Amino acid sequence: MNAPNSYRAQPDDRGHFGDFGGRYVAETLMPLILDLDREYKAAKADPAFAAQFDDLMTHYVGRPSPLYHAERLSEMLRASAEPGMGAQVWFKRDELNHTGAHKINNCIGQILLAIRMGKTRIIAETGAGQHGVATAAVCARFGLPCVIYMGAKDVERQQPNVFRMKLLGAEVRPVTSGAATLSDAMNEGLRDWVANVHDTFYIIGTAAGPHPYPELVRDFQSIIGREARAQMLERTGRLPDLLVAAIGGGSNAIGLFHPFLDDADVAMLGVEAAGHGLDKDHAASLAGGFPGILHGNKTYLLQDEDGQIAEGHSISAGLDYPGIGPEHAWLRDIGRVEYDSATDTDALDAFQLLCRSEGIIPALEPAHAIAAVARRAKTMRSDQIILANLCGRGDKDIFTVASALGVSI
Amino acid sequence: MTRLAAAFGKGRPALVCFVTAGDPTPDATPAILDALVAGGADVIELGMPFTDPMADGPAIQSANIRSLAAGTRTADVLRIATEFRARHPNVPLVLMGYANPMVRRGAEWFAQGCAAAGVDGVICVDIPPEEDDALGVQLREQGIAAIRLATPTTDAARLPTVLEGAGGFLYYVSVAGITGKQQAVQASIDEAVARLKAATALPIAVGFGVRTPEQAANIARVADGVVVGSAIVEIVAQYGAAAAEPVRTYIESLAAAIAAAPKEPA
Repeated sequence: MNAPNSYRAQPDDRGHFGDFGGRYVAETLMPLILDLDREYKAAKADPAFAAQFDDLMTHYVGRPSPLYHAERLSEMLRASAEPGMGAQVWFKRDELNHTGAHKINNCIGQILLAIRMGKTRIIAETGAGQHGVATAAVCARFGLPCVIYMGAKDVERQQPNVFRMKLLGAEVRPVTSGAATLSDAMNEGLRDWVANVHDTFYIIGTAAGPHPYPELVRDFQSIIGREARAQMLERTGRLPDLLVAAIGGGSNAIGLFHPFLDDADVAMLGVEAAGHGLDKDHAASLAGGFPGILHGNKTYLLQDEDGQIAEGHSISAGLDYPGIGPEHAWLRDIGRVEYDSATDTDALDAFQLLCRSEGIIPALEPAHAIAAVARRAKTMRSDQIILANLCGRGDKDIFTVASALGVSI
Repeated sequence: MTRLAAAFGKGRPALVCFVTAGDPTPDATPAILDALVAGGADVIELGMPFTDPMADGPAIQSANIRSLAAGTRTADVLRIATEFRARHPNVPLVLMGYANPMVRRGAEWFAQGCAAAGVDGVICVDIPPEEDDALGVQLREQGIAAIRLATPTTDAARLPTVLEGAGGFLYYVSVAGITGKQQAVQASIDEAVARLKAATALPIAVGFGVRTPEQAANIARVADGVVVGSAIVEIVAQYGAAAAEPVRTYIESLAAAIAAAPKEPA
């Protein structure tokens, strides 16, 4: 049973976050999903599992990641605010992790589970390639063969990450079905899994999919929020007023938010990708979607009135997914977390703002969060604190950004 | 007796045939369905097209894409079913597909639409018994069979869960994999069917990877039904709007092989 008066006790034992989540998979996968659930419960109760996870977080990933007060950015935003307004902006620096994003936190956790379950082959889907690179890295580290499914269109626009995955020993299989992007890569991952259930573990990259994936990905990513909460208390003696994170599937956001959910005075804002605008092509499943069932869970989906799934669009390949993790769907419906969006243009502006104000090149995914931070900071008092998750670095995006700015490199 | 029970009660195994609704166009589907019946199909499985058919292999994926590209809507699928029922009052029709198009307007809406169209059963690939309240409950309220799938990974401990609330027939997916790819070893099918029959009175239909009359006959020796899908869909892909005749010829070859198959004592 869920404890009353807590936002942190979800999901229930069937994997439901309110009306969302669940286990909507083909029968072939059900026994494996149930096995995974049992094994994850056992791992959670095993101090040796936690010790191994923590050790790798410290010595392989490079955690804890810093908590950084972006004073110059705060000053710049304050310059255009009313007197006394303009919140302090702080960043959780998860872009400094090994492999350049928060994705590695989850991959470490899942590969330890895979090994615990005696699985000998790893598959994963990837959009921008960050989850693919992180999966390839942990597979190399533990000596397991690795197949990464990636939409052919994403393979084309994310060549540096494709090469990184290959350097790390992974086989990258381009997916040409459908729109040839992340959603199609996930379909192909599920097709591989259903045909290879006996030896294969599917490392899902975001806090979505059939139960227990949304729960376990959240738990592994919650290291972000646990560290940030302790760091903020130590540095300032208080909790932040507002948390901000970008949302594709929503794993970095839920990782930051979850440890704070029961802190009533901490507001939270998830930022979806509004692409060309919410009235045009976008990837904002909460703002423009409806509840439905896809890829193992019930959640908000971009879809038409017949339930056919729409293609998401965002300048950020990592946000370009027509769904969202089920816990976000629930947190939105109960009103605990607020959700907003930022367009491609907003994100490009914020990307450049952070480069020039703080000397940090963010990934296009957190650039969406930074765009929202820039809007919100002006509406908050100067003694208030915004903590945003800088969930990835922008090295992978410089070609996309150059092209969007009309620069040839 | 329901239409499904009658189809499995003919004293020989039933031939269950799948095509995707609206492939190549909604207008072409009725003639293809008629060809299935004329060729000897006992049960029709009408696939509801979906953008993300993650349990299907290339043949049925392409059929989904062709159908959606031709503009097939849920209303078209239900209309095709309604018209089929008018032409073939006694041939059972089952809708098969993925959860999202089925629940989009609400499970009750879909179940009522199926009932009004004369649909006998629904196979939903991605709603396992654990999530039965998302659709199964509503279907049964309308007198429509919630047809369940059993697979090589469905072990003895799990089988009762699968059978709880199951209706129509039990669809044994003989391969752990996607549609239309590899075929199962006959010995594994024999063993699985025996195991399933011991657990349920529902007819057992076996599918996935069945293409030749010989394979169909081998399955017919032990099972109550043989499901053929991708092989038919490939004929539709090849002949398009002119597929009815070659489909009928192919179905006749399967039906003849099944009728001639010696039945092993249960």
